[in-house]
Amino acid sequence: MKTIKRSVTTVLFLTMIALTLSCKDANKKNVPVSEAKQHEKMDHTKDMDMSSNQDAISEAILKDYFNLKDALVGDDNAKAKTLGGVLAKSLGNLDKSKYSENQQKELIDIIEDATEHAEHISESDIKHQREHFKILSKDITEMVAITGTATKLYEQFCPMYDGGTAWLSTKEEVRNPYYGSQMLTCGSVQREIN
Amino acid sequence: MKITKVIAIIVLIVLVGIQFVPTKRNKSDVTPQTDFMLVSEVPITIQNQLKVSCYDCHSNNTSYPWYNNVQPIAWFLENHIKEGKAELNFNEWKNYSDRRKNSKLRSIIKQIENGEMPMDSYTLIHRGAKLDSLAKNEIINYMNNLKIKN
Repeated sequence: MKTIKRSVTTVLFLTMIALTLSCKDANKKNVPVSEAKQHEKMDHTKDMDMSSNQDAISEAILKDYFNLKDALVGDDNAKAKTLGGVLAKSLGNLDKSKYSENQQKELIDIIEDATEHAEHISESDIKHQREHFKILSKDITEMVAITGTATKLYEQFCPMYDGGTAWLSTKEEVRNPYYGSQMLTCGSVQREIN
Repeated sequence: MKITKVIAIIVLIVLVGIQFVPTKRNKSDVTPQTDFMLVSEVPITIQNQLKVSCYDCHSNNTSYPWYNNVQPIAWFLENHIKEGKAELNFNEWKNYSDRRKNSKLRSIIKQIENGEMPMDSYTLIHRGAKLDSLAKNEIINYMNNLKIKN
């Protein structure tokens, strides 16, 4: 009898503790993603001098993209996960303030979408990584159309993957990131950039 | 006191205790103007199917089962809903850029095609949420047509 009484008291006591603790459950709301609105004061000249800093950031994004591509070419799921995370981070660093209003809008959309795909790549199996890499490649290609790059790039195209899929490479030689070792050389150069 | 009895009592205490931990319920009476159904002209059959199969985790309004009042099930559900909404919230459709809409549509199609969505753990209990091949095709065709061509 005594033990029962004691355990009932303990239950009540612990319940009280649980209640007190749970009320403190903080309501951490995610920060609103109001994209760099303060950068509104840009100049409208078409060919503005892009600071070397800006170039460095978009080149870094490209470099991370190519590293990720190489991991997929090598069928390396774990490495692609890590590199997807790296790319997601570097995408966030792009300074859009140098560009015209339309370009900024476009870049915001591109970066937002690309970041989401890069994040997915950082947590998916290789099949999903490749699905996301397809759209990511489209985003990056369109980013480059705005930011430009000093590197010579090759847009390559594999007609077999998902009804035809493109990607970017720094080398002319085809190494397919969607099939890896399964069909390493499937595809062809469809466009040269620079 | 026997050790098993002690353990039983502790388990009981914990189970009772966690019942008092509140969960954030995903409930909303209004459908925002940005909702998928209001933005796109969705045929009624597809509307109903999406509501049953997707909206519980991919909108701001979940129709909860009774067992959502029991912990730790409620936590499990809360977590799923949070993740689901972060991934895709049909109520926010209009707020997505065209580019993201296309990405979302593509993911929706892929996931339905591969039977990854709706999740097995969901359709196990919500039998009506399971998509048969007819419903799958209908939704996939519809979503394909929504893609913004450029």
